[in-house]
Amino acid sequence: MELTREEESALKGEQGETMQMAYRILVATGEATDAEKLIPIEWAHLSGVNYNTIGDAGEEFLSTISKDARVTVKTTLNPMGFDIDNVSNYKLDENFISKQLSIRNSYETMGVIPSFSCIPYEIFDIPKNGTQVAFAESNAAIHANSYDNLKTNKESAFSALASAIIGKSPYSSLRKEDTPNITIQMKIKNPNELTYGMLGFYAGKIGDTSVNISGLGEMDQRQCKAMCGGMGTSGTCAKFNFGEGDSNTEKIDFDEKEMQNVHDELNTSEKGDLITLGSPQLGLDEISDLTAKLKGRSFQKRCMVFLPRTVKEQAQKIGYITELERAGCEILSDCCTCLTPLICKDDVDAVTTNSIKGAFYLKNSNGVGVNLKSLTEIIEDETR
Amino acid sequence: MNKILVSGKVEGIVLKSNDPINFLGTVDKKTGIISDKNHTLFEKSLKNSILVFPSGIGSSVGAYTIYSIKSNNTAPIAMICKKADLTVATGCALANIPLITIGDKEFESIKTGMKISLDTDSTNLIHYQ
Repeated sequence: MELTREEESALKGEQGETMQMAYRILVATGEATDAEKLIPIEWAHLSGVNYNTIGDAGEEFLSTISKDARVTVKTTLNPMGFDIDNVSNYKLDENFISKQLSIRNSYETMGVIPSFSCIPYEIFDIPKNGTQVAFAESNAAIHANSYDNLKTNKESAFSALASAIIGKSPYSSLRKEDTPNITIQMKIKNPNELTYGMLGFYAGKIGDTSVNISGLGEMDQRQCKAMCGGMGTSGTCAKFNFGEGDSNTEKIDFDEKEMQNVHDELNTSEKGDLITLGSPQLGLDEISDLTAKLKGRSFQKRCMVFLPRTVKEQAQKIGYITELERAGCEILSDCCTCLTPLICKDDVDAVTTNSIKGAFYLKNSNGVGVNLKSLTEIIEDETR
Repeated sequence: MNKILVSGKVEGIVLKSNDPINFLGTVDKKTGIISDKNHTLFEKSLKNSILVFPSGIGSSVGAYTIYSIKSNNTAPIAMICKKADLTVATGCALANIPLITIGDKEFESIKTGMKISLDTDSTNLIHYQ
């Protein structure tokens, strides 16, 4: 990698230990991903927030570096493990809560916006076309590259944090012109968000850094998010290009058979003991739509609804939250289905969800069964 | 291909694994001992070794494990891989543990117990003693 004189001096430690470590991270990441230089970024979105995933080692690390590390560009944050407003309703021990609050405190000390959201593209203004950003949350990186005309690699928690501190990121893979290795032709008629989640999951398995995708009709935000969430879960691929691609690109169909394979991999139960909605977290449009669908109806079992705090506040003003709570929803901000410590296999055998991303982590991390249903089916089957 | 991911200069004894290493869940973050029964280095300590292995695998949170074993003084003094993966690269960067990648042939020639020195400022990254 070619470094400027100033970058070299920081890497040698002439700007202090924290800068030296941040440069070490970017150089190691850059060498691993064949970047030739560092380039400026305007926005970093960090993962590595939930105590459930980063543990004591992560908590201690953040506590140490927050003593003098400060972010130098706009920096937003992924969900944490719980919503402080209602954490007492769940069986979380004191240690978890205090460690999680220490993590929150470390990020705030470093100057990070405490957004606790995996949908930064939906709750913050999108910078102008072609802006370089550094997003560590996989669904957000894919959404940024595919729908928001931004450029990011699928960053790690560490490269995104180092990028936030330095304001630069390695110039590699998706920041440059990329050549998709495959074109996926969507063959499923009348797809819903679950179908798009499975399509994304399939694409993530066979895609290299990006894929072409053709045969898509008009999609709503819920479906776009489901597709990005699905892809981020199954591989390292981080961009959809919409279209057939050139004639040399290998073509493959996403048909009933391929969809059934994904379904069989993730759907392990006939029914769930509780329902989760939101992975990625729900935006205001989805909350509005959910409220309308639940008019005059109530859930017959627990339904956890995950959304960013800013969306919750807007929804509260409009009156959606009261309606959703009336229908039996548990409203949770700052956290998400993905890697939640609030669902424990000692209490729950299986969870019903319309999220492929959620399903993957519920199955593999929480160790519970998963029952996949679209939102329409959930409303039909689980409410009265 | 030879690459320098984290620079440095050390001398020590090789501990080699032909299996990749998943730092999260395979390595005890206090003792630096491999705790996975199915791993070829089961019950071996990584402490003060020059750890030679094909690549890291598994969750990127494994980088924190590398940081932890360094903080607990049970980490290798350097790592040498065939392939650079982001978990090991960022873990070594956090912990300031020298990390290089080498070609297949050189990887094959290195054996557990060999005494070597590694210097990322030298043209020959590895010197065999």
